[in-house]
Amino acid sequence: MTLIVDIGHRLGDFAIDASFESAGRLTALFGPSGSGKSTLINLIAGLIRPEKGRIAVDGRVLVDTAAGAFVPMHRRRIGMVFQDARLFPHLSVAGNLRYGRWFTPASERYADMDGVVDLLGIGHLLDRRPAKLSGGEKQRVAIGRALLASPKLLLMDEPLASLDEARKAEILPYVERLRDETKIPIVYVSHSIAEVARLASDVVVLAQGKVAAAGPTGEIMQRLDLLPAEERGEGGAVLDTTVLRHDESFGMTVLGSPAGEIRVPRLARPAGAPVRLRIRARDVMIATDRPEGLSALNILAGTITAVRPGVGPTVEIAIDCNGATVLARITEQSKHTLRLALGRKVFAVIKTISFDSATTGPGLPIEADG
Amino acid sequence: MNWLLDLTPDEWNAVRLSIKVATVAMLFSLPPGILIALVLARGQFWGKTLLNGLVHLPLILPPVVTGYLLLLTFGKRGPAGAFLAEHFGIIFSFRWTGAALACGVMGFPLMVRAIRLSIEAVDRRMEAAAGTLGANPLWVFATITLPLILPGLIAGSILSFAKAMGEFGATITFVSNIPNETQTLPSAIYTFTQVPGGDDGALRLTLISIVISMAALVASEVLARRVGRRMDIE
Repeated sequence: MTLIVDIGHRLGDFAIDASFESAGRLTALFGPSGSGKSTLINLIAGLIRPEKGRIAVDGRVLVDTAAGAFVPMHRRRIGMVFQDARLFPHLSVAGNLRYGRWFTPASERYADMDGVVDLLGIGHLLDRRPAKLSGGEKQRVAIGRALLASPKLLLMDEPLASLDEARKAEILPYVERLRDETKIPIVYVSHSIAEVARLASDVVVLAQGKVAAAGPTGEIMQRLDLLPAEERGEGGAVLDTTVLRHDESFGMTVLGSPAGEIRVPRLARPAGAPVRLRIRARDVMIATDRPEGLSALNILAGTITAVRPGVGPTVEIAIDCNGATVLARITEQSKHTLRLALGRKVFAVIKTISFDSATTGPGLPIEADG
Repeated sequence: MNWLLDLTPDEWNAVRLSIKVATVAMLFSLPPGILIALVLARGQFWGKTLLNGLVHLPLILPPVVTGYLLLLTFGKRGPAGAFLAEHFGIIFSFRWTGAALACGVMGFPLMVRAIRLSIEAVDRRMEAAAGTLGANPLWVFATITLPLILPGLIAGSILSFAKAMGEFGATITFVSNIPNETQTLPSAIYTFTQVPGGDDGALRLTLISIVISMAALVASEVLARRVGRRMDIE
């Protein structure tokens, strides 16, 4: 899938002027509130008609103001999951799920009811009314409803923003399954680094209606300067790892990565399962010699590949550990004392307990025996 | 109690006629009522205030004036009346159909108001969600908007029905007071009060009138509650 967006639009005194291309499995539109993420996704869905510009999905032009083309939303075949679920109150859960099927030509239906119900774990809710569902259940049904319309592209507009942490943790694994087990490309709007780092293959960073940066998640997450101030502490490297084994005696899980083994608190995922690990830059210490007599369990050897000034008296140091980049945020003084410079061989030190469910992600609840 | 149920054939006819007239008036008002309510609730156009005023006219004009205007327009020699009679064979003047028209017109503003309010209360984001699922605007209206405004439709219909059951001034002016044809309950009661010894008949019909109106009201409450419980709108 390739999504091409090149849009100029004005809403009151807010102007959006964004241009990007994405071909990722899950593209995150990331930015603080008021950056124009939701407007952009509404433009893609066809809920808003842009003043000028072009939107195309896989070569199919949805909007081209220069050519006077505009495909109305009901003919776009683009699914949308709203922040507020928006289930139809007069239909049961099953009725909501079936709604989009009616309008999908039989030849283009690829989503089957049983598969989607299974994927989202909503089989026990089918006869219920939307009003009787919890926030997390509503959102899962809303995802299922969008999927069953067999969309060519799925848009998710901050689907977790109105949920509490427990509910978020409940839904996230399902979004991961959606990304990994279906073929539908997803555009995911979020202002949370934890969500983006965990879910996205590509990130488009928006600021004040403009695209500040776009690229693969691993690269973008290291650009701490792009992140909104209140989220900057959450920024850091994103590594794709796999579960090697569990260390039951100490309640730990050992993850394998190009940089070496990384020990994190016990994860409820089976050996061999992929885990996307975010290492917050503020959690990484740097040593010039391999430290001994240290409580921290994760010590990764690498080479400094970048030194960038950070916010206030900090510097950001990128360390290449055998192909995987780890980002450290330290004080200007430490950099000076240790004489850290490009090309220097160092060790990145990360405490196991600095990893939590926001950075490792909880596993699927049903796999607790793994 | 016997004297209450012991209606003369003419009285029975008045009861039946009233129910028929009110039902037809209600059913035929419904489609244009929904349309006008939709236009007033959602439309942005020049002359909206004028249309709104026009719809409300029967509510503020003396019923006799409305009846007379109907006579002028839909009477035998009226422009609309002559046209409909000639092309469709529909005749209103001095027929029960005319009574239904008069009742429908008188109840129309009440119906439109109730439906309009319910349309304005519809969460339009639901309609947008239906659109992203592939429903075109017509389907969105039929499968989302219409079910969501069902309580308003019921309320508007009952108001229209009740108004029709009690309509007197416009009906008698437009189609007169002909037994078995245009003599509805209120006209029949009025006739009884005009003749010596008609008190019993007037009282009987009055009680029946009350019973029918109450039944309609209760039915609408029950229906609305059932719809409301089914939807459980948060």
